[in-house]
Amino acid sequence: MKQLPLKGLTVLEFSQYLSGPSAGLRLADLGARVIKIERPKGGDACRRLAIKDLWADDGSSLLFHTINRNKESFAADLKNPDDLLLIKKLIQQADVVTHNFRPGVMDKVGLDYVSVKAINEKIIYAEVTGFGKTGPWKNRPGQDLLLQSMSGLVYTSGNENDNPIPFGIAIADIICGAHLVQGILAALIRRNKKGIGALIELSLLESLLDFQFELLTTYYASKQLPKRSAENNAHPLLSAPYGIYATTDGFIAIAMVNIRQLGVALDSNSLAAFSQEDTFSCRDQIKNMLSRHVAKKSSSHWIKKLHQKDIWAMEVLDWNKIKEHPAYKILEMEQTIITANGKEIITTRCPIRIDGERLFSGTPAPELGAHNKKIIEALELKTDA
Amino acid sequence: MNLLEDIIVIDFSQFLSGPSAGLRLADMGAQVIKIEKPYVGDICRDLYVSDTMIHGESTIFHAINRNKQSYIADLKVAADLKKIKQLIAKADILIHNFRPGVMERLGLNYEVVRAVNPSIIYAAISGYGIEGPWKDLPGQDLLLQAASGMTWLTNDNNSMPTAMGVAVVDILAGAHLVQGILASLYQTSINGEGALVEVSMFESALDFQFEVLTCFLNDSNQLPVRSSVNNGHAYISAPYGIYKTCDGHIALAMGSIIVLSQLLKCSALEVYSDSTEWFSQRDEIKTILAEHLLTRTTAYWLSVLQPADIWCSDVMNYEQLVQQEGYKTLQMEQMVKTSNGLNILTTRCPIRVDGQILTSPKGAPLLGEHNKQIEEQFLIQ
Repeated sequence: MKQLPLKGLTVLEFSQYLSGPSAGLRLADLGARVIKIERPKGGDACRRLAIKDLWADDGSSLLFHTINRNKESFAADLKNPDDLLLIKKLIQQADVVTHNFRPGVMDKVGLDYVSVKAINEKIIYAEVTGFGKTGPWKNRPGQDLLLQSMSGLVYTSGNENDNPIPFGIAIADIICGAHLVQGILAALIRRNKKGIGALIELSLLESLLDFQFELLTTYYASKQLPKRSAENNAHPLLSAPYGIYATTDGFIAIAMVNIRQLGVALDSNSLAAFSQEDTFSCRDQIKNMLSRHVAKKSSSHWIKKLHQKDIWAMEVLDWNKIKEHPAYKILEMEQTIITANGKEIITTRCPIRIDGERLFSGTPAPELGAHNKKIIEALELKTDA
Repeated sequence: MNLLEDIIVIDFSQFLSGPSAGLRLADMGAQVIKIEKPYVGDICRDLYVSDTMIHGESTIFHAINRNKQSYIADLKVAADLKKIKQLIAKADILIHNFRPGVMERLGLNYEVVRAVNPSIIYAAISGYGIEGPWKDLPGQDLLLQAASGMTWLTNDNNSMPTAMGVAVVDILAGAHLVQGILASLYQTSINGEGALVEVSMFESALDFQFEVLTCFLNDSNQLPVRSSVNNGHAYISAPYGIYKTCDGHIALAMGSIIVLSQLLKCSALEVYSDSTEWFSQRDEIKTILAEHLLTRTTAYWLSVLQPADIWCSDVMNYEQLVQQEGYKTLQMEQMVKTSNGLNILTTRCPIRVDGQILTSPKGAPLLGEHNKQIEEQFLIQ
C-alpha cells in the first residue's frame, strides 16, 4: 500500500453521537481527512455522554475519544452568519458532508442538500435519520434501544419466555454507520467516473430491518413470528443444538451440526437416536437433553471431543481470557492514542487490512475547536476582520 | 445511473459473510457472478438453516443471493479454471471466504490473480485471520460471538452468556468487506492499481465492541457487569432497558431519574437525586421502576413521557411492526422473481441514492443459470 485509499478526500462531519461519527471514523482510518463541525458551546453531545462514568482528561468522555479519534474539530455556530459563511467556504473544498440531525434541522440553517449542492455541485451529501423523512415516526428520537424495540429485533435474543431482550451493543447505530460508509464510497466511485455528486440517505430503522433480512424474508413467507427456543436460544430460525451450554467450569457454544454426529462425539446414545428432521420439531427436547449432558463435564473435555470430529464448537471466552490468548495477540488489534494533554488511551484499530497492512492511527480525538485556526489559515478563509 | 454501474464482481464466497457483501454491491449496481461448484453450489442452497422452504431451498438463500448470477465451474478441472481466469481478467472485484490456504491450493491466490489482472480488488474474509493458532477454526457466527467476549453483554446478569439472535458477525464482516473494497476501488479509479482487502470475522467482532472494549482496556481490565434487572447495556445507567407494563412492554433509553420520577409520579425514585447513583444503584432503581411501570398500560406511559421528549418507545414484534404506517412509509419490502417463476417477498437495500430507493426484481439464480450468457458476454472460450 503506497498510501491509504481515501487520501486526499475531505469529509465535513456535522454528525453527533454514534451512527454518523462511526462512519466518519472508518473514513478517517481509510485515509480521509475528517473535520467535525461542532457547536462552540459543548460541541458533539457525545463529549458529555459517558458510559460507566469514564472520562478522558479534557472533560470529554472516553466514549467520545473512542469514536472520534483521528479527526479534526472546527467549532462553528451555524446560526451565526459569519460562521455559516466559513462553513460554506469549507463546503466548497470538501468532498463529503455527513449529518444525523432530525429532519428539517439542516434546512433551517440553509445547509440542506439543495443548498449545499448549489455551493459544491459534486458534493456527496450523506444523512442519517432515525425513521426516514416521511411518516408518523419521522420526528421520533433516533436512539438505538428504541429502534431495537420497534423493529422486532428484541425478540431474537434470549429464550422463549424471557422479556424482549435487546442486543447489548448499539447495533442500529453501528450497522447504519457502516451502511453510510458504503453509500458514500460507492457515490465517490461514480463521481470519479461521471463527475456528479450524490445524495445518500440512511435511516436507523431501514438499516436495522436490512440487518434482519433473513428473518424478515422468512416471516413474510411463513407469517409465523420467529420463535426463540425454551432454553439455550442463540438464533430463532435455527434448529437444535445451535446455542450456548453450561459445563462444570464454564460455557461452550455449539453451532449447526448433524445431530447423530453430535451424539456420537459427545458419547450420548440418546442424542444420537434423533434424526436430523427432529432438530426442528423436537428443538426444545434436544436442547434440554444436551444441556443436562454437557453440564456433567468441563468445557475443555467437550471442546476436545468436538474438535476431534471437526464439529463447529467453541469455548465461551471473556475479554480477560481473550486478551491473553495468542490468537488475539497476533491480530495486534489494540493501539495506543495519546491525547492532547498526554493521557494514554488504549483502543482498537480499524478491522480492515489493505495490501496485507493493518491500519493504525495514533491521532487522538480533537479538543473542541482545536483546528479552527489551522483550517481558516490553510483554506485562506478570513472573516470580515 | 447506478453508483456501481459496469463494475464486475466474481464471487466465490458461500453462506452469509461474503455473499452479503456481494448482495450490497449488486444492489448498488454491480454485476455479481457467483462461482458455484457443480451439482451442489453454494452450501447455503440446502444448508438446512430454516424450516421455511421455498421450492426446496431455504428462504435464507433467496434473501442473500437475489440480484446475482450463477456460473458453475469445477475449480479443480483445468478447463474450468482457465475459463475462470478469463473471467477474472475482466473483473473489477474478486470475493472469497474460504479458509486460509484453499485459494492457494486452487491456484487462485492473490499473487496469481494479480498477475492475471493487476487492477483487481481481491477481497477475502476469514474466520480468525490468516495467522495464529485459530486460523484453521471454522468462521461461524455463534462461535465468533463466543470467542470474542460478546456474549457477556446481552441479557441480565444472572442469566447465561447470551448470543445476539442474528448473525451479527457475518453481517458486519460482510459490511466491512464492502467498505474496504469500495475504498480501494476509489483509489483504483484514480491510479489503476488493484489492492488486497482482508477482513476477519474475529477482527470485525472486536471492532463491533470498540466502545465497550475501550472501556475495558482503560479501566483496569474490569469485565462488563450486566444489569440484573432488564439489562439493556452493561455500561449504561438506569433506566436503560425494556420494562413490562400491564399490557405489554416499554423501552426507556437514557434519561434523568429525577425527571422520570416526576413524570411517572413514582415518589420512591425521588431519593436518587445524585446522578452518579443512576449507575452505581442501577439495579435498585430499575427494580422500583419495573414495579411501578407494571401498574399501567404502555399507551398510558407513552402519553406521559413522549410529550416531554423522554427517549422511550413501545416494543413490537414483526406482526405489529408491519401494520404500522411508520413501517409502510419506508417501502422496505420488494417482490423478487426467480427465472422459474417463483415470487419471493423480501427486503430491499437500505441505502437511498438521489432520493430514490434501490430495488431489483431479480430473484436468486438457479445453479449455473448464467453460464452461457456469461461466456458470451465475456467471450470466454
